[in-house]
Amino acid sequence: MTLVDTRTPNPKNFVAGATGDWEVIIGMEVHAQVTSESKLFSGSSTEFGQPPNSNVSFVDAAMPGMLPVINSECVRQAVRTGIGLKAKINKRSIFDRKNYFYPDLPQGYQISQYLDPIVGEGTVLLDMGEDGTVQIGVERLHLEQDAGKSIHDQHPNMSFVDLNRSGVALMEIVSKPDLRSSGEARAYLSKLRTILRYLGTCDGNMEQGSMRADINVSVRRPGGEFGTRCEIKNVNSVRFAGQAIEYEARRQIDILEDGGSIDQETRLFDPKSGETRSMRSKEEAHDYRYFPDPDLLPLEFDDAFIAKMAEGLPELPDEKHARFVRDYGITPYDASVLVSDRESADFYEAVARGRDGKLSANWVINELFGRLSKDGTAIGDSPVSASQLGSIVDLIGKGDISGKIAKDLFEIVWTEGGDPAQIVESRGMKQVTDTGAIEKVVDDILAANPDKVAQAKEKPTMIGWFVGQVMKASQGKANPQAVNEILKRKLGI
Amino acid sequence: MAVDADTVRRIGRLARIRVEESEVAGYQSELNAILGFVEQLDEVDVSGVEPMTSVTPMALRQREDKVTAGGHAERIVSNAPLSEDNFFMVPKVVE
Repeated sequence: MTLVDTRTPNPKNFVAGATGDWEVIIGMEVHAQVTSESKLFSGSSTEFGQPPNSNVSFVDAAMPGMLPVINSECVRQAVRTGIGLKAKINKRSIFDRKNYFYPDLPQGYQISQYLDPIVGEGTVLLDMGEDGTVQIGVERLHLEQDAGKSIHDQHPNMSFVDLNRSGVALMEIVSKPDLRSSGEARAYLSKLRTILRYLGTCDGNMEQGSMRADINVSVRRPGGEFGTRCEIKNVNSVRFAGQAIEYEARRQIDILEDGGSIDQETRLFDPKSGETRSMRSKEEAHDYRYFPDPDLLPLEFDDAFIAKMAEGLPELPDEKHARFVRDYGITPYDASVLVSDRESADFYEAVARGRDGKLSANWVINELFGRLSKDGTAIGDSPVSASQLGSIVDLIGKGDISGKIAKDLFEIVWTEGGDPAQIVESRGMKQVTDTGAIEKVVDDILAANPDKVAQAKEKPTMIGWFVGQVMKASQGKANPQAVNEILKRKLGI
Repeated sequence: MAVDADTVRRIGRLARIRVEESEVAGYQSELNAILGFVEQLDEVDVSGVEPMTSVTPMALRQREDKVTAGGHAERIVSNAPLSEDNFFMVPKVVE
């Protein structure tokens, strides 16, 4: 792979060193577990959290004479993902053996794809706020087997091996070295996860290891030659990815500025210390001796198959984002928040359809999402439904309730449920827009506070105090705009 | 392509085959003889010919995404020299 620099150096991304600025170059290999019932080449289950070695067939355990047979759903999932990444789909791809020895790899090789992957070059777009949209190249996506799991802390001098994960299908998604900061790297991982979740091809659950990243980091003088890279293995959260890159870039800069050089090596990130450290046993560089797996023929399909996969795809986050901004008139920022997962986007659309898009976005993002995260509740379990929230937005839109009362109403619906319009009616929460009634309250307050009235004539900002008093006297139900107008007129300011 | 003594040792290590120092020279000449035999194929001009990945004119067979195996952990670990709670036990490996 020849490295091509597609980016224009952005000084905002530079890292200051003792001898000048440095630019960080990042590329990622993301391993995403394919959503499927059974494994890539065997019929055992992919279910997480099962008793040790219960999801293991004789193929997964590499019993002699067992032959792999590919799972057609895993092929479809890889093609769907490729289309979602706007990537070239290769109608003919080949499975190779990647040879190495490790106790959790009973075959002695991993079935992977080397020279002919199922998916070629694609792109992922990152919304970097005021820095605009950044395009990150995808080099390839290939299908491969996951390894088993070794547990080292159960016994003083033995490791325990569980093969439940052995043979589960993974998509390795390799980016080009197009990322230039830890922020971009985090955005890339999040965006990739969002796309995979929309497509339903990977659950994106990093805690359970369904998505892990190997991160290649190097530093160079801005716009200069690429430096020597180090690979940080198996990073399993977006936040850790950011921390690992920050630490690694600083470590490399310190070495180079002290006149040293970077050894190309594999490193591990330790979340406890926030540091990366060299992996041991690297005296011999890996030599995987790839060759085509003689147990498997080339994987082939036609254009009609690809077209069928494309037809079944849902609207993807970038398209949804553009449509939300265009059709509902919301800001690109709000649209990004809303499309970050499909359930949130669907919820918003159910609220916003036929209503004020901006007001709906405000209520979904600020009130609902705020309340959900405060309670640690997922959107799917929201006690306030889209139609209830829509009805609250309607009541605000019609001027029946003020924004402040609406927040109280939201809280009532959240804790007690019920029809918002009925609650407003039965609990007398309707906003008073009747100016006669408001005028009466204003008159009473002015009469009771002659000293404040005199002050207000000198200092017009005092009006705020009066507004507060009127709202208090009306239990928040007076229309604030009407209160302001009446007060201004009566105070002569 | 000639195999030297270091390559013999390296291949042995990669394949996890113990090669005694006294055996290196013997393997070296055997490997070179095999490679020399295969090198006769270099006489054939294969420019423009795609590498063959299979001898059968067949497409890859695929199966449905159904769970058809698993659920017998005891049998899976039954041949293991050492196991506990249906885990395989191996000498400690820590990266």
